[in-house]
Amino acid sequence: MAEKYEIKETEVWDGNYAISQALRQAQVDVVAAYPITPSTPIVENYGNYVANGYIDGEFVMVESEHAAMSGCVGAAAAGGRVATATSSQGFALMVEVLYQASGMRLPIVLTVANRALASPLNVRGDHSDMYLGRDSGWIQLDAFNAEEAYDMTLCAFRIGEHLNVRLPVMVHQDGFLTSHTAQNIHPLSDEEAYGFVGDYKCVDEMLDFTRPVTYGAQTEEDWHFEHKAKQHKALMDSRTIIDEIFAEYGNLTGRTYKRVESYLMEDAEVAIVALGSSVETCRLAAEELRAEGVKAGVVAPRCFRPFPFDAVREALKDVKAIACLDRSSPGGAMGALFNEVSAALYSTQARPMVTNFIYGLGGRDFSVKEAKRIFMEQKAHVDAGHITTPIQQFSGLRGPKLGFFETKRS
Amino acid sequence: MAITSIKNLKEFSTNNDRFEGAHLLCPGCAHSMIVRELMNCTDDNLVISTNTGCLEVSTAVYPYTSWDTSWIHIGFENAATAISGAEAMYKARKRKGTLKDPNAPVKFVAFGGDGSTYDIGFQWLSGAMERGHDFTYICLDNENYANTGGQRSSSTPVGATTTTAQAGSHSYGKKEKKKDIVSIMAAHGAPYVAQLAPNKWKSMAQGFQKALGTEGPCFINTVSACTTEWRFDPKDTIHITDLATDSLMFPIYEIIEGHELNILYRPKNVIPVEEYLAAQGRYRHLFKPEHKHVIESIQKEIDQKWEMLQRREEARI
Repeated sequence: MAEKYEIKETEVWDGNYAISQALRQAQVDVVAAYPITPSTPIVENYGNYVANGYIDGEFVMVESEHAAMSGCVGAAAAGGRVATATSSQGFALMVEVLYQASGMRLPIVLTVANRALASPLNVRGDHSDMYLGRDSGWIQLDAFNAEEAYDMTLCAFRIGEHLNVRLPVMVHQDGFLTSHTAQNIHPLSDEEAYGFVGDYKCVDEMLDFTRPVTYGAQTEEDWHFEHKAKQHKALMDSRTIIDEIFAEYGNLTGRTYKRVESYLMEDAEVAIVALGSSVETCRLAAEELRAEGVKAGVVAPRCFRPFPFDAVREALKDVKAIACLDRSSPGGAMGALFNEVSAALYSTQARPMVTNFIYGLGGRDFSVKEAKRIFMEQKAHVDAGHITTPIQQFSGLRGPKLGFFETKRS
Repeated sequence: MAITSIKNLKEFSTNNDRFEGAHLLCPGCAHSMIVRELMNCTDDNLVISTNTGCLEVSTAVYPYTSWDTSWIHIGFENAATAISGAEAMYKARKRKGTLKDPNAPVKFVAFGGDGSTYDIGFQWLSGAMERGHDFTYICLDNENYANTGGQRSSSTPVGATTTTAQAGSHSYGKKEKKKDIVSIMAAHGAPYVAQLAPNKWKSMAQGFQKALGTEGPCFINTVSACTTEWRFDPKDTIHITDLATDSLMFPIYEIIEGHELNILYRPKNVIPVEEYLAAQGRYRHLFKPEHKHVIESIQKEIDQKWEMLQRREEARI
């Protein structure tokens, strides 16, 4: 039996430590992992719990992130709770197996401390890794601060392991900005946390020898399509289950999350849509602008996959101008968030103006001042009745301004 | 019921079938002989992982499966890691008391071809061996990427022609030596490592049983004659394998705890390697006068390796 860990009502934890504690409290059966900055402390902390008797499960330190996810898949197929952590290049190395994990419908929890992808090499936070996972068939939850990283990790087990979901879940936090920034956190007691997560429910486990199972079969044009469609449907149908689990978690903690988090949106005229720690920056900017009479609000997808198309549309349908902030190099296209949000808004009557900002790549700072500037640019579009800037701009870039595409409405 | 005491081949070959005959492997492929023998030599429950390759694509095409046991395939390179994960889960659940039948005996086995073992999955295999999981890895070594049409692997021997190391007017086929996977695995300090062949079915079954009965990571390289890419008649699989073991192209031996080497088969009459080469289309070009030197050098390598194995065995270190 694992040793009892003393937890106070209020702890000062960074995002990584908060996640390590959530993994311990969920009594994960197998953690197979490989360290990479900035997620490394998650597995170091976990290793510390193992060394001091707080963990009954297995801790498998493999030789690469590809192996980490491979070990997680093998472990999950054997029937039990499985989790790991990674960032950036490690995430990229895992990608092959991410698709295999979701295709096999294995509810693994992957906590990601978001970091830029090389080249050039960069250890700081942006969302390149998170975006790389967006078609992998995983549920992707986004934490904007350390406490949310803890909360989302506990919720991730419940969501992924739900018998009507059975999908792997990523929990994203911003590298360094969230992973290494300590804040006051109000964790659940071990009993409450495990009570919420619950015992793992085995489905088609390889260790039930009365009923052999085959994992990872081959399907060609005869069956592949049906399998992938079913997987997509499971992702889409998980939306209501995510809502239910968030509500239940809210009853337990007083912290109620939504698939789309709206802030000061009731009468908003201009809005920013963002992910990660920048959401809090934008909220501060909106508060300051409200004091100056600008009707600014912030919309943030808590759940990046399945993308909350419906909830985003509902949140933004009455807004006049919207800036979508993408913290990932778009590689010759519009930013992913811009594309998703624009697609959702295209089916509204009003079709508000939407522009795209690429910002914060490789950990470039994003300030309240800059968020306010972006809000005011939206206000200028509203006042002019049309988009007055290129549709895609780079925010916080040194050197001459960079922007692409003009509005054509005539 | 599987057979655990081996009396005769007929009994052994007709016993048990947790590996179903209805699979898509080529007629004459040695893979199925090796796999069946592994599954026949134990009564224990099996959890099996398989790398992408001939065995995998031929045995689990939805909605069918040839595996009447727990089986998983993830990718080309990670069967050793998949089985590591499953074995870790078994240990965790045993400790926590969440197994359905905690007393059911179980063995963890991974299969890979030489492509996934020697090449693309080498790192994953090495990692799993180093971590010391309780499992047996079996390489079905047919010396080429047969599943994708016969390209070179680092197991392809000198002189064989493959689609990516072809014999031609300026080439005698593959020029690089076959990687010595057995020594590499022994150097990991694995408790049991062996090279076995399905024509010597009794020593192969005994080797499998030793590996399954040994705690810790065990590795077995098995020669798996490939009728399609080695180019011989499907009925001749065992005959070709006899030539492989009797020419000492494939010596049969084991290494215990990384150092104690035992030769498991000594041919009464060692045949010249020329006979082994002449029986296969992949070596046909070597019999042109300009390539005679290649056959000579292959023979020389074999003689040196056999000498080394015998000295290692005598030295007992």
